[in-house]
Amino acid sequence: MVYIVGLLAAVLLVLTVVVLNRMSVFTKGFASTSSSNEPGLANKINAALLPIVFVVGSIAGVWSFIEATPNFLPDPSSTHGKEIDTMFWWFMGIVTVAFFLTSVLLFAFAFKYQYDPKRRATFYPVNHRLELAWTVIPAIIMAIMVFMGWRVWRDITTEAPADAYVIEVTGKQFNWIARYPGVDDNKLGSYNYKLIDATNEVGIDLSDEAAFDDVISNTLYLPKGVPVLLKIRARDVLHSVFLPHLRVKMDAVPGMPTKFWFTATKTTDEMKAETNDPKFEYRLNCTEICGQGHFSMKMNVVVLEEDDFKAWLKTQKSFLATNTSYLDRVPARLKAKAMKYTESAEEAPAGESAPEGEAPADSTAAASGATASLR
Amino acid sequence: MALTHDDHHDVHGVHEHEHEHHEQNFIQKYVFSEDHKMIAKQYLVTGIIWAFIGGLLSILFRLQLGFPDLKLDGLRWLLGNWINAEGKLETEFYLALVTMHGTIMVFFVLTAGLSGTFSNFLIPLQIGARDMASGFLNMLSFWFFLVAGLIMFASLFISTGPAAGGWVIYPPLSAIPTASNGSGMGMTLWLISMALFIVSQLMGGLNYITTIINLRTRGMSFSKLPLTIWSFFLTAVLGLLSFPVLLAAALLLIFDRSFGTSFYISEIYIGGEALPQQGGSAVLFQHLFWFLGHPEVYIVLLPALGITSEVIATNSRKPIFGYRAMIGSMLGITLLAFIVWAHHMFVSGMNPFLGSVFMFLTLIIAVPSAVKAFNYITTLWKGNIVFTPAMLFSIGLVSLFVAGGVTGIILGNAALDIQLHDTYFVVAHFHLVMGSASFFGLMAGVYHWFPKMYGRMMNDTLGYIHFWLSFIGVFCVFFPMHYIGIAGFPRRYYSFSTYDLTNSFADLNMFISIAAIVTFASQGLFAWNFFYSMFKGKKSVQNPWRSNTIEWTAPVVPGHGNWEGPIPAVYRWPYDYSKPGAVEDYIPQTVPFSSTPESNLPEETEQIALEKAIEELHVFQKEVSAKSGGH
Repeated sequence: MVYIVGLLAAVLLVLTVVVLNRMSVFTKGFASTSSSNEPGLANKINAALLPIVFVVGSIAGVWSFIEATPNFLPDPSSTHGKEIDTMFWWFMGIVTVAFFLTSVLLFAFAFKYQYDPKRRATFYPVNHRLELAWTVIPAIIMAIMVFMGWRVWRDITTEAPADAYVIEVTGKQFNWIARYPGVDDNKLGSYNYKLIDATNEVGIDLSDEAAFDDVISNTLYLPKGVPVLLKIRARDVLHSVFLPHLRVKMDAVPGMPTKFWFTATKTTDEMKAETNDPKFEYRLNCTEICGQGHFSMKMNVVVLEEDDFKAWLKTQKSFLATNTSYLDRVPARLKAKAMKYTESAEEAPAGESAPEGEAPADSTAAASGATASLR
Repeated sequence: MALTHDDHHDVHGVHEHEHEHHEQNFIQKYVFSEDHKMIAKQYLVTGIIWAFIGGLLSILFRLQLGFPDLKLDGLRWLLGNWINAEGKLETEFYLALVTMHGTIMVFFVLTAGLSGTFSNFLIPLQIGARDMASGFLNMLSFWFFLVAGLIMFASLFISTGPAAGGWVIYPPLSAIPTASNGSGMGMTLWLISMALFIVSQLMGGLNYITTIINLRTRGMSFSKLPLTIWSFFLTAVLGLLSFPVLLAAALLLIFDRSFGTSFYISEIYIGGEALPQQGGSAVLFQHLFWFLGHPEVYIVLLPALGITSEVIATNSRKPIFGYRAMIGSMLGITLLAFIVWAHHMFVSGMNPFLGSVFMFLTLIIAVPSAVKAFNYITTLWKGNIVFTPAMLFSIGLVSLFVAGGVTGIILGNAALDIQLHDTYFVVAHFHLVMGSASFFGLMAGVYHWFPKMYGRMMNDTLGYIHFWLSFIGVFCVFFPMHYIGIAGFPRRYYSFSTYDLTNSFADLNMFISIAAIVTFASQGLFAWNFFYSMFKGKKSVQNPWRSNTIEWTAPVVPGHGNWEGPIPAVYRWPYDYSKPGAVEDYIPQTVPFSSTPESNLPEETEQIALEKAIEELHVFQKEVSAKSGGH
């Protein structure tokens, strides 16, 4: 409701302007002669309004900022996010100072040097020293800012640590699918987009034994305190993985796997306590326009302590175990190994009648994803 | 400048002579006109119409964002089935609105409406030429633009709706008709329209460059050109080098859409089937698009800055501060504009090393931009400022340019862009620095040169009200968007309510929408003022702003060929305002130094010797003029 007040203030301001300008119409008759070139009262009003609007606007700006602050995102929940936020607020401070300095000069000069018939403007076409100063000083400040930014960028985009936990996230119109490497081999199996169907939504290639224990989830579970490497894919059009609380964003591109690694620092429960909001949930949003469902393309995200995460993963049945019919796709030499995952489920159909699982020759090993993003 | 009737014939040449006793008929004069002034007006009026259409579309989606529960059944007469059974905008149509708003505003209003109007109108008048180098090409340029516009307009009315993939039309969304309704016929029409538009821009740009290089009047060296002309020149260079790349990108997209190629699409499973295309790169399109897309920002902005330079100097009654630095910074911006495009793609999946390179290049471009802002402010210092509506809009431009520019330093930083990319922070940034600033430049230009266009004055009071409502309005609309962006809200979202955390910004969104409606409505004042003054405005004098540039030495309403008698020669730069010792506070470019001994600077006294040479050019120009048929 505070904004209503702000709105009323703006409307009032506008009305003031209108009234003042109306006045200038009536006073025009005696304020200026018939030669329209001689600036009269209207010039004075406009000159005065410039700094007035600036001051009122600045107050409104500061006030609205303070009002909006509680709605900003909570402190970042990732290590690199902290660096980004610190730098962001420092730089915002710097540019705000620059903005106010230049604006004060702009509006003050406009007011102070308004037309006066008794005065003549100063012929002042150039001053090389002044120009040099305001070329070099911003250049130096900018160079420092860009260097600081580059260091943070370099650290964020450097190769993920070898022990990073790998999770694959695939975007499609209009939801996200996560795939975990499973508990047995800790390795994501190969995939191929030609193997996608209604059940096998990310095209897991079951001729790769690493795929047998892969787990599919519609909620993104993340361990806290461990580097996590997200391998990002898209099935149909561009999407973009955005984890606002974790300060993570990376496009999902069909045909070109991308990646982003980070370390989460707060579990969902910790965030609930910190934000005093028992309903707090991390979330993953799509930030690349992808069609009519774009705005609702989100995924719930849960950050757990590492042990809890491992425990959760153990309870998950692998894709193969939940969809035993896909045993058909497993080549004969690996059948025995694959059966281990389906034993707990009902007896798998005899392999004889089913055609031997045959993967297209161009299946992408998950590991190659890292090089692909260097294109 | 007394001239006999015979001289008159000589100067106007054969072509003029032919037409001397034949009045042009209506169609030649107003429709298929080859006169640069008429073409400029055609561009302007078309641009104004497009601006209202583009603005209206934004109001429609602001209604959805600001008042999510509002029933829009009342708009069914206009939008038909785009209003669903619950009385709300279709989600798909929301994206179409966003897409068309962007396309229309960037290309039809701020490129064609701004450059098309003022490059056409001012280049011949300010450099001292009879017309553009090729009047026919110029006419063709407008008609290609108009047809492009009509096709785009038609796409609003087809059953699957207009293109809906954002104005950047990233494939594969735009390449695969099953991905979105807008990617069907709507996208086809978008591509055809843009291809024609690019042709129009290329013909226009060629003409601007040729005219500026070849048709300057005697004495008008490059170092005496008004900054408006410099800005139009560099804008045309930018357009000429970057628009063809967009054409190539669009062409490859057409191939992908219609002929089964895979330039941009690869490994796609959609609508229950795997597409056969493999090996394409969606990121390739982004590179090609932004190779135009980023220079496009400056194509939109530079003319506005040029107009502002001229208006601020004239109305401060002071020379523009740092004329050469202004040209230098525009040259710098032009050059750098080509090598910063990938800052739109930091998180597109391209190599992070490229991101580092483009971050460095991007922040370099902030330096010439900052220089321009400082120079404007110093021009005001110790001036004697007359606040015409044009002057207010120019000051408004500087303010918006600074306000939107500083956040560019944040967004150009790849590390910070990770969080802010594709959020409302970006929307706030570019609407201030590029959208609103260029729009203010356009308005400044219209108010300033209206008397030259129509021989009448626009109403000042309405102009002031228009300015204050627009100025306060755009800040109310775009400034709060920074907050929404910092809160992590993505752009192009149909609804805020599915995004639990930012529900809290409902009030703010309502405020923004109301401010947008007020700002949009206040443009009606301008339209009324514009069209009313065209016919009923107070008659203008020859040089209403007491300006130095040579278009004000032409008749109040210049006829075909612009000057009766010979084109005036130019002896000095355009910014001799309030020169010490001078009688008036302005000395037009056509006044030789030899006639102003009281105000000449030492180095200018030396230039008196050169005036003879400039005069001798007169004879030469006459000969050329006669041979080439008057143009």
